[in-house]
Amino acid sequence: MGSMTGAPSRQNGPALSKEEMERAYREMLLVRRFEEKAGQLYGMGLIGGFCHLYIGQEAVVAGIGLAMKKGDRSITSYRDHGQMLVAGMTARGVMAELTGRAGGYSHGKGGSMHMFSKEQEFYGGHGIVGAQVAIGTGLALTSAYKKDGAVSIVYFGEGASNQGQVYESFNLAALHKLPCLYVIENNRYGMGTSIERSSASKDLSKNAAPWGIPSRKVDGMDVAAVYQAAKEAMEHCRSGKGPFLLEMETYRYRGHSMSDPAKYRKRSEVDEMRRTRDPIEALKAEMIKHGIDESFFKAVEKDVKATVKDAAEFAETSPEPDASELWTDVLVGE
Amino acid sequence: MASPILMPALSPTMEEGTLARWVKKEGDVVKPGEVIAEIETDKATMEMEAVEEGVLGRILITEGTDHVAVNTPIAVLLEEGEDASAADALDLGPKAEPKAKVEKNIPAPASAPKAPASSSTVETTEPEWGETAEITVREALRDAMAAEMRRDEDVFLLGEEVAQYQGAYKVSQGLLDEFGAKRVMDMPITEHGFTGMAVGAALSGVKPIVEFMTMNFSLQAVDHIINSAAKTRYMSGGQMSCPIVFRGPNGAAARVGAQHSQCFGSWYAHIPGLKVVAPWSAADAKGLLRAAIRDPNPVVVLENEILYGKKFPCPVDEDFILPIGKAKIEREGKDVTLVAFSIMVGVALEAAELLAEQGIDAEVINLRTLRPLDTETIIKSVKKTSRIVSVEEGWPVAGIGSEICTIAVEQAFDWLDAPPARVCGLDIPLPYAANLEKLALPKPEWIVEAVRKQFGD
Repeated sequence: MGSMTGAPSRQNGPALSKEEMERAYREMLLVRRFEEKAGQLYGMGLIGGFCHLYIGQEAVVAGIGLAMKKGDRSITSYRDHGQMLVAGMTARGVMAELTGRAGGYSHGKGGSMHMFSKEQEFYGGHGIVGAQVAIGTGLALTSAYKKDGAVSIVYFGEGASNQGQVYESFNLAALHKLPCLYVIENNRYGMGTSIERSSASKDLSKNAAPWGIPSRKVDGMDVAAVYQAAKEAMEHCRSGKGPFLLEMETYRYRGHSMSDPAKYRKRSEVDEMRRTRDPIEALKAEMIKHGIDESFFKAVEKDVKATVKDAAEFAETSPEPDASELWTDVLVGE
Repeated sequence: MASPILMPALSPTMEEGTLARWVKKEGDVVKPGEVIAEIETDKATMEMEAVEEGVLGRILITEGTDHVAVNTPIAVLLEEGEDASAADALDLGPKAEPKAKVEKNIPAPASAPKAPASSSTVETTEPEWGETAEITVREALRDAMAAEMRRDEDVFLLGEEVAQYQGAYKVSQGLLDEFGAKRVMDMPITEHGFTGMAVGAALSGVKPIVEFMTMNFSLQAVDHIINSAAKTRYMSGGQMSCPIVFRGPNGAAARVGAQHSQCFGSWYAHIPGLKVVAPWSAADAKGLLRAAIRDPNPVVVLENEILYGKKFPCPVDEDFILPIGKAKIEREGKDVTLVAFSIMVGVALEAAELLAEQGIDAEVINLRTLRPLDTETIIKSVKKTSRIVSVEEGWPVAGIGSEICTIAVEQAFDWLDAPPARVCGLDIPLPYAANLEKLALPKPEWIVEAVRKQFGD
């Protein structure tokens, strides 16, 4: 499988076992179908405000999810539905938060960009570009302080990679050898501004080099390549050697948010990516090569559709939060 | 089964749009992600993608139609192999039904429910803490941190020069020796980064104390204090908590110029999700900082550099702590209420002495906490004295004094014998020149003048 701008393809044959491929496929398809449904509900006016879809980038969270261990933490930006589903948060709870209902993870008080799960060690869901990088570094500080053995996965886009606090965080994490895996999801566009127009650094994987943080550029459309890189990076972090940076070359099919007319790129570019680089189709082709037959894919499609349908129904029928929710959760103990 | 394709909402505010062009025509096979039509909104022309796979069976709204309401069926999608007549059987239902369904659920109360009575109401009488010893505010702050760090392994201090240098203002003196580098962490000059990092640590199970060399530098990190620390509990529906302390010297020091001389009292007191305390005496400093460290919420502690070296009697009891949210009456009086915090408490007490010489008996309230404000103590005092003057070092516009005067008017209007008054720092960046700086900051005489005015002088 070729890469987009020169990320090395994975080597040494299949990186994923049959079980891992099946799990990755299931998770990627769940994210894809969930997001398509979210787009649909947005169009119907059931989801409001800002809604940023993850479609196209599924291999990144699925591959990293395979490499994560129980207790590992994760945090990301506002394009967060994929991370949440892979972290093990329920499709029902996430979708109901999108519709602003009582059954949502934040009881409807957070919305698409602000969801958390203590149980799944998912720390949001952040609407301020780059803020999650410093906060995520703090998740790793807790691990270093408590010696709990966890690695913190800190996702951010190539747009956020121009924020100053990203480099403040790199410095702090390297100084204190924090178990922090930084993942740049380079989908080429920070809203409507292409990487070429926003970043003088042409190879983002080198952006942490001044702090001696090891890094790799990865084909983020190849779930096996993502898994292989994440596994190696997380072993580095877990062994006490400090942070690691992975640049995932990926692509989002949809606009920046639902209200993005996407005039900054040609339709043909999106179509070409979908046709030739789709991460789910690529994995499926590989799985077929490994003898997994059509009945598996049909069954997963059916399961995932049922999960998403159930989530949407729950999200539409869950009541709106009670007016008394206005005043709860402002402070602990009140 | 045939299903309707609805006019989509393509932005948070879109209610209707123009169906500019059908890209697909009746009979075409469509796949998810394929553009089927172009929709013009008030902002832009957007491409509408198919969500489901199928055949475009029938177009219901022709291209060029304006004012198509969101959720109006615009076409019928057939499953492959299904006959176009399946569209006839489709109940296209009331237009815009899903949207209406949501709106039906929105209760339309005349007004939002009121805030619940604050449960931060604390016992009205402070316990007797017994024996005291004279210590400086600097020592009181250090002792508070040391006591809490001994009590709870999860508490640690981070900031610039807090460890090896022993604190830029020597507040953390001795802490590195006792607790080691793991719990007293020197930070590079990188407030935005280390504050965000500390917030992340607090969210995930430890209790950082962030020292800003001065609160002026908290502006570099203000996004994390407000957006990350104060709001996360609410945005997570109560799942997350952020037990963190942001502390450092606040307000004017002595001739350090405009960028290093300002009060952040009203800045931080404005934010729901934060608590804000502003100690004056050594006892305030020790008791309030201990309470701040134990509080499960983010607490901003506004200290004062000039007060660091001042000595006050402080209870020696090792359990000594003060409640957040409770003001202290430093001087009882019957003629006028002076409300102050931090270094201005001392200035108000001096003014009270001057007023006493003139036969006016002033009551002086030390707020101690700016959020939640101890309204009860203020109002009780105003009802006794019928006059109120707020005193603060910060600027007048939208300041703490504005809040205090408003509360007095709202809750004790009938008891007032004179309009509430504010004494504030001048509404200018603080100047460097010794004489100008002195002219810009409140002094006892300003308070006396404000009070005399209330008595009709």
